[in-house]
Amino acid sequence: MENNKIRGAEVVMKCLVAEGVSTIFGYPGGAIMPIYDALYDFRDSITHHLVRHEQGAIHAAQGYARTSKTVGVCFATSGPGATNLITGIADAMIDSTPVVCITGQVASHLLGTDAFQETDVIGISMPVTKWNVQVTRAEDIQPALAKAFYIARSGRPGPVLIDITKDAQFGLTEFEYKPFGEIRSYNPSPKLDVEEVKKAAELLNRAKKPYLLVGQGIILSSAEKALVEFAEKSGIPVASTLLGLGAIPANHSQYVGYLGMHGNYAPNVLTNECDVLIGIGLRFDDRVTGDTSRYAKQAQIIHIDIDKSELGKIVDTKIAIHADANEALQELTKWIEPKKHYQWIQQFRDLEAVENEQIIQNVIHPVKNELKMAEVVHKLSKKTDGRAIIVTDVGQHQMVTSRYYKYKESNNNITSGGLGTMGFGLPAAIGAKLGNPDKMAILIVGDGGFQMTIQELGTILQSKVDVKIIILNNNFLGMVRQWQQLFFEKRYSFTDIVNPDFCAIARGYGLEAVKIEERVQLDGALDDLLNSKSAYLLEIIVEQEENVFPMVETGASVSEIRLS
Amino acid sequence: MEKLYNISIFTENSVGMLNRVTIVFTRRHINIESITASESEVKGVYRYTIVAQMTEDQAKKVVGQIEKLVEVLKVFYHTDGEVVFQEIALYKIPTKMLANRFDAEKIIRAHHARILTVESGFTIIEKTGHENELKGLFDALVPFGILEYVKSGRIAISKPMKTLETYLEEMSNN
Ligand SMILES: Cc1ncc(C[n+]2csc(CCOP(=O)(O)OP(=O)(O)O)c2C)c(N)n1
Ligand SMILES: [Mg+2]
Repeated sequence: MENNKIRGAEVVMKCLVAEGVSTIFGYPGGAIMPIYDALYDFRDSITHHLVRHEQGAIHAAQGYARTSKTVGVCFATSGPGATNLITGIADAMIDSTPVVCITGQVASHLLGTDAFQETDVIGISMPVTKWNVQVTRAEDIQPALAKAFYIARSGRPGPVLIDITKDAQFGLTEFEYKPFGEIRSYNPSPKLDVEEVKKAAELLNRAKKPYLLVGQGIILSSAEKALVEFAEKSGIPVASTLLGLGAIPANHSQYVGYLGMHGNYAPNVLTNECDVLIGIGLRFDDRVTGDTSRYAKQAQIIHIDIDKSELGKIVDTKIAIHADANEALQELTKWIEPKKHYQWIQQFRDLEAVENEQIIQNVIHPVKNELKMAEVVHKLSKKTDGRAIIVTDVGQHQMVTSRYYKYKESNNNITSGGLGTMGFGLPAAIGAKLGNPDKMAILIVGDGGFQMTIQELGTILQSKVDVKIIILNNNFLGMVRQWQQLFFEKRYSFTDIVNPDFCAIARGYGLEAVKIEERVQLDGALDDLLNSKSAYLLEIIVEQEENVFPMVETGASVSEIRLS
Repeated sequence: MEKLYNISIFTENSVGMLNRVTIVFTRRHINIESITASESEVKGVYRYTIVAQMTEDQAKKVVGQIEKLVEVLKVFYHTDGEVVFQEIALYKIPTKMLANRFDAEKIIRAHHARILTVESGFTIIEKTGHENELKGLFDALVPFGILEYVKSGRIAISKPMKTLETYLEEMSNN
């Protein structure tokens, strides 16, 4: 029998193959060496990308998960390797991204002794993982990994961490792959309550000004088609959260825009005018709601989400439906009466015209002075027909991208929403490209955030990942500077940033790199970037002290959104 | 309005569960007044009773977030009126004081307490009841010189009748 036994480390690899994993992002170290040794024999079936910092591994796994619609996987060693993952794990938790992190751990007899590179990664990651577990015996690896994948991808997806002690990796065990059945304490596919759906449909059928808000839940449950069908039958206008962008094509006649702090004027203002508000697959984040005590108070609210704890968490609902978005939408479409809401949608269009005149035209077609972020994004959106994978970092450039890139396809918008993690962009773009290699992946990043994970240019070099990078360089930590200007009397405390020669750095890593400062160069520079055959960096010097508007200030109501 | 809530949590018996549960309270800055854990009537299912001061709105949200934890089976919240609850306290008193004072027997009877052990140096008295009752005996024993006092957290059983097994069945049918 002994001959049938294999090492725990090999079990890890066989489980990954069985789960359909073809790509891993990771970084080796002492406590995970047996797994890396086993990986060496699996080089044909699994591609491992060596990142330059474990934060890069987790963000890459996130980007990969989101464009491939599978579970992202990353490896890290114990101690500092594992703690370097934490930011990305927290990001994946709040943005519901399915990732499985496998960390090495010191041998089990050393646990709790402050051994070299021992950290209580289970304790540290507990609040930011959907589930985590430490495995100390080889025979427990297979069930733990199967459970990990099941939990990460089912229900509301999220990050899972498996910490495997070195002796478990070395230990011998028999291997038979058993996919995970179910967990009695966990119900990822709640049964749809059709009666509640009927009530929701009735409410919407009687509404004069019904309004639909959609979030990433639509994308995660692949409900894009069901959404369009429901929208078209009901005639209800649709607005999207940051992470929901692309769930409905931006050029759809019933799409009325982007919600939240730097979202569009009409969808924010009219939130406080609709009579029935239905939110699907979103969690009413404070960046979306502004002051909740003055949020859609006149409306009856219907909320549909697969995470029961989100229902009633932020807004009081008239009808709360605990369900998968796709299933709920299909059922809702059956009961909804065909209608058109021309006049109501016209109200959105009228306000859109105000925003267009007061803000949009000025920033997408500026005539003088420096380049503006918005005109770059607007041009890029046109040139790619809104169909490229767009990854952003966090800051002004992110808000400008979400405002001016017109996403026509789903799964193309990769950004750090809930956590707002600077440094997310570059590694996430690497993962996003690898997750869907047929599409072009473009990173739009700030001069600040780019330097938080700039080392991942090394991953691009080594793994030859075709990522197009656009740095919108305002020589400032722009978003913070904007707040300092608006709310701290222009006291620019440590937001001006001295930057390196980005192009020289990129060239050092083997990328083609170009810098532009003039409007006349923009078209050609973007074309060159889009036509390039490999990784490419374009640095664009933009206006230094530009502000992103509209803006719902902290503490303000969504209808008090400022235009300037 | 804030009041005391009895949160009953039924979970699988896996390492670290209590930690996962208390994180939900910590994040919302809710101070746990007492906590007890033991196996329930269903083998393998553990029951925590957590008592904390909060508003009903908070109780609902806390319950939702605890129930979301993968290995938690079911969570309930109840006000004091909806549960039968009990605590236990032990009091260590110098035996000579007990022997010297004429009212010792009266106090122990009046408080429905009982004596667990009498050693030459000390006597241990046990009492179960509500917190104020335990405190009542404590106050009565102060003149005796209390050497040590320890009190358990609260355990509570809800009045409405629906067994855990019914819930487990409902969950597996869903
Ligand atoms: C890790 C991290 N640290 C700090 C912040 C706070 N923060 C938000 S936006 C921002 C400025 C970003 O500057 P830059 O990357 O240049 O982008 P810009 O706003 O200028 O477009 C900062 C510091 C953050 N979101 N994440
Ligand atoms: Mg900047």
